[in-house]
Amino acid sequence: MNARTLDRTLIYGSAILLALWVIVPFYLIFLSAFSRPNDVFVYPKPLIPTNLSTETMEFFLQSTGVFASVINSIAVAVITIVLSLALGAPAGYALARFTFRGRQGFQLIVLATKMFPVAILSIPLAVAFLRLGLYDNIVGVALVHTSMALPFVILVTAGVFAGVSNELEEAAMTLGCSRFTAFLRVALPLALPGLAAAAIFTFVISWNEVFAASILTLRQRTLPALVLFALQQSPLYFKFAGGFFMVMPAVVFIFFMRRYLLNLWGGR
Amino acid sequence: MRMRARTEDVLPFALLLPSVIYLGLLILIPMVQALLLAVQADNGLFTTEFLERMTGDVNFSDAWRNTLLLLILIVPLQIVLALAMALLIHSRFRGHGAFLYIYAIPLAISDLAAGILWLSIFTERGYLNTVGQGVGLIQTPPVYLSFENFGGLLAAIVIAESWRATAIVMIILVAGLQLIPRDYFEAADLFGANRIRRTIHVVLPLLRPSLQSALIIRTIFAFQTFAVVLALAGRNLPVIAAEAYSWYANNRNAHLAASYALLLLALTIAFTIVYLRVLGLREAEVKRA
Repeated sequence: MNARTLDRTLIYGSAILLALWVIVPFYLIFLSAFSRPNDVFVYPKPLIPTNLSTETMEFFLQSTGVFASVINSIAVAVITIVLSLALGAPAGYALARFTFRGRQGFQLIVLATKMFPVAILSIPLAVAFLRLGLYDNIVGVALVHTSMALPFVILVTAGVFAGVSNELEEAAMTLGCSRFTAFLRVALPLALPGLAAAAIFTFVISWNEVFAASILTLRQRTLPALVLFALQQSPLYFKFAGGFFMVMPAVVFIFFMRRYLLNLWGGR
Repeated sequence: MRMRARTEDVLPFALLLPSVIYLGLLILIPMVQALLLAVQADNGLFTTEFLERMTGDVNFSDAWRNTLLLLILIVPLQIVLALAMALLIHSRFRGHGAFLYIYAIPLAISDLAAGILWLSIFTERGYLNTVGQGVGLIQTPPVYLSFENFGGLLAAIVIAESWRATAIVMIILVAGLQLIPRDYFEAADLFGANRIRRTIHVVLPLLRPSLQSALIIRTIFAFQTFAVVLALAGRNLPVIAAEAYSWYANNRNAHLAASYALLLLALTIAFTIVYLRVLGLREAEVKRA
């Protein structure tokens, strides 16, 4: 074996090993979620999908509160997407197009909020929402999720608009468009796929969020809040089905925004 | 024309204003309120009662110790794993795009879901014991996730959390590697540096800023670890964020929950400052040398 092939083998070998480390747990939760409820007591566990069954998943989806919590999760995510794009996309556009005083200060605010512990938001807000009638209300949860998603939306949309040439907009303006119509007719259509990716990532943030959703709700649970609450008293197969159900949409969605992954955390 | 110039001056601020106001309302105000909840009783008088109750709580010192222990175990593991992934991706072998996607998938997983995924592996009749017995490593399946097995609980949480959150570090490092001009690599090659020497002497020093921000971000998020702990260990391994959650969710005590939340914020700020100081100092040393 010459040095080049050895190099190749090493690179592919370690890349595949690391990929297995990531993928294998997904495969195993799939096996667990698609077996019969009583199979959790089977040992040793089958490692190949010999007798798949939808019984566990059906049990999970028909359990009290699960369907409603899925609807709540989706509703919270949709409100969060609308709010954080409406607030964040203009800021992203400003970061992409203008040099202005206070730019660094603003970027610092975005960075700081990205890392802000959600615990310190949720607990006072639970108290405040009780007074405002927003406690145990999906709108209240969506408001907190928006504050968590907003910094990411600003960063992603800034990257998206930076990728749309400013010269096209300027050309439209010399041809008689106002800045607003130039934005609407030229920049916006070109930015649409990127904005969709930002929306998808916002969905993932909201769909996954556990702490605030658990603190701020009692009956109007989102799916993660329901599963967290059920951890102590539910059987293993319920947890496995819940875990699988929470994971799947996120995995599919991250595929659609893979081009923008580096914008999320790449900026210093 | 002057009108136009003035709107152009105002426009960026007008575009930023909504998000600044929103973040102010939903982050600054709750932060102040959390502080008040921790030091002010319901009758409006200031008190250290809640902070004292927190520090005197049976779980307090355990929560501290476990949170720091998890941090010390998880963060280095993540940095090493993520660095390996990022360097592999950056070598741009055929098909590296697909691997980048695979490595990034856990980015979309909540810590709750990650805990449940690994629960299926670590339970007594789970996949780890199945494989262990299959290859003859163990005779009878050990119980990892019991309150009597602190090491087992800790290891399970460290593995699950490293699995999940390595993706963020990897993304930061891949982005950082892309910022390094290709010329540096070519120059190193020209002087006959092999891959390992090139990595140690050229890539790592240049990757320093990204490693630094990855370290800060991951440390801060490690403090917030909670659902993965509840999924794998229940209340048998108290951590600070889980105490904040449970004081509110189970005991309806906003004062103590806020005290724990404040502790989290204080840790976040303190560690960020320490990191910046320590890493900043070293940079000054490098310049002097």
